[in-house]
Amino acid sequence: MRRTASALALAALVVLAACGDDDGGAAAPTTAAPTTAAPATAPATTAAPTTTAAAFPVTVEGANGTVTLDERPDAIVSLSPTATEMLFAIGAGPQVVAVDDQSTFPDDAPRTDLTGLEPNLEAIAAYEPDLVVVSNDIRGVLDGLASLDIPALLLPAAADLDGTYEQLEVLGAATGNADGAAELVASMQTEIDELVASAPDTPEALTYFHELDPTLYTATSGTFIGQVYALAGLENVGDAADDGSGYPQLSAEFLVAADPDLIFLADTKCCGESAATVAARPGWAELTAVQAGNVVELDDDVASRWGPRVVEFLAAVVAAMEATAG
Amino acid sequence: MTDAGPLRVRGWWLAVAAGSVVLAAAVGLLVGPAALAPTTVLRALLDGLPFVDVDGVSARDAAIVWDLRLPRVVLALLVGAMLSLCGGAYQGAFRNALADPYLLGVAAGAGLGATLALTGGAGSASALVPLAAFLGAIAAVVLTYSVGAAGDRLRSPASLVLAGVAVASFLTANQTFVQQRNSETIREVYSWILGRLSGARWADVALLAPYALLTAVALLAHRRQLDVLGVGDDEASTLGLDPRRTRLLVVVAASLGTAAAVSVSGLIGFVGIIVPHTVRLLFGASYRVILPLSLLFGATFLCLADLAARTALSPAEVPIGVVTAMVGAPFFVLVLRTSRVPG
Repeated sequence: MRRTASALALAALVVLAACGDDDGGAAAPTTAAPTTAAPATAPATTAAPTTTAAAFPVTVEGANGTVTLDERPDAIVSLSPTATEMLFAIGAGPQVVAVDDQSTFPDDAPRTDLTGLEPNLEAIAAYEPDLVVVSNDIRGVLDGLASLDIPALLLPAAADLDGTYEQLEVLGAATGNADGAAELVASMQTEIDELVASAPDTPEALTYFHELDPTLYTATSGTFIGQVYALAGLENVGDAADDGSGYPQLSAEFLVAADPDLIFLADTKCCGESAATVAARPGWAELTAVQAGNVVELDDDVASRWGPRVVEFLAAVVAAMEATAG
Repeated sequence: MTDAGPLRVRGWWLAVAAGSVVLAAAVGLLVGPAALAPTTVLRALLDGLPFVDVDGVSARDAAIVWDLRLPRVVLALLVGAMLSLCGGAYQGAFRNALADPYLLGVAAGAGLGATLALTGGAGSASALVPLAAFLGAIAAVVLTYSVGAAGDRLRSPASLVLAGVAVASFLTANQTFVQQRNSETIREVYSWILGRLSGARWADVALLAPYALLTAVALLAHRRQLDVLGVGDDEASTLGLDPRRTRLLVVVAASLGTAAAVSVSGLIGFVGIIVPHTVRLLFGASYRVILPLSLLFGATFLCLADLAARTALSPAEVPIGVVTAMVGAPFFVLVLRTSRVPG
């Protein structure tokens, strides 16, 4: 198993090295931190990053501080579904030996019983990882990994798209895929700019409700999710309920009174909600969005992770706006 | 204490308690996160009655009043009444001041049932969830009773209480295990366990109402026997009461009512302890007084607690369990400090 993984990683290395030649070994990522990002959060790479093993040792900055990798990792364990998506998207997939049970994308990610919610050090160590990526430091997992001399990166939920780009670049540098990360970030930025430009202009901003679960928990504009909608120019009815957490529970009668133009369901997989089930809820038949068919069924995972598929999420939002604005 | 004392107190206070229910329900209906004028609420309310037609009531206002606010107020009244009444009955049946409606594992059983339904793919709006919770609650009480009865043939209620502790721990462990194995539904499970009235539907009211009626009738009919039980099993026997039979009847009725309440509202804590004790401290230790007043004041209490839950951070919701504990516990301490403890 590990032998195969190593072989794959080696193959990937060769391929990436070849790609790197075209670029002449991209310099430090220029896409990071447009104007205001604090230097502390920007990915710091000491050695001139190239995609070859020669770039190592490399030092990167996670939310848990500075992490130094002596060699290009080829046994990565990811306990974060978003990090898994990022790793595969930047070309580090072949270096990944195990991902947690919630890492549902991509299909060929090596899913295991490992869980990021109840991390088990022994189970993680059994994969002999040379890099572990987590999104939450639960039960002192980072301290535990440090005591085992296993390098670990903490990449918590990004606050905004720049945070996503930074994490992609950190992972790129840490795994020897800086070029792949830079390319991905550039293409994401282009696609997002295009989507934002194509979003229909309405005389009055369209309003929306983003449903996290059937008990009407939602995400305000201050969250990563809310910022994606804001990019498209939508107005969040949940902002009225902002309680500082960013994820308040709305009263059903407030929602019916607010009558948003668009309803986005991010609980289609977890809870089996759909346009039909919400239309059957008490009082919801009176909602404009329900009557006009503007209830959008999102993929829970796409609409909750801060990874590369945020582009898909924004595309779904813009498509729904076009349908609504007619 | 003479018979006339508590009875006279009861007559007077029954009217006050009933009035508090009506008042709480009225305030609950008129106030809410959707800023409807009181006249709008009243007009929408009237318009929804059969054979009454009020002009100028929008479909949305009607939906807010009839489909969202009214069922929630009614459900809060029913759940509050059930939890308080059953808590009082448990305290009498077990002669244990700390007994609450969840004593015999009802909460743990309902939690396991609901978790199994939710992780098994039933959406949280599915009718399967309350059904599974109800069956889980009943199964837990049956298990507790058979374990406790096997212990020492129910000679003391303590063995039943201990059996309840064991069964509850066991079922909670199972519930936690199932929940951890299915982390994708963890949010739904938690929101069920925290207790909620926010999604109240008429279907929930319809599910609870028949059990609530049955439980209320059965328990109120046994309020005198609970007083007799208070003197101890042996003494009660000499007074011509079969303590085991009475206890079984009361426990079955109270468990049924609690299970039905829990199945539609999740686990709402403190109500079943605080309300009966407050009544006991204020109006005396006779179950002839405690049971009917707990029923009424319990309804009032939860209706007002739910009002706070949906208006304190409006339009955001506060979990109802947080309100009942945060408001209920200090209030209870206040009553405890200002009253003479009977006996």
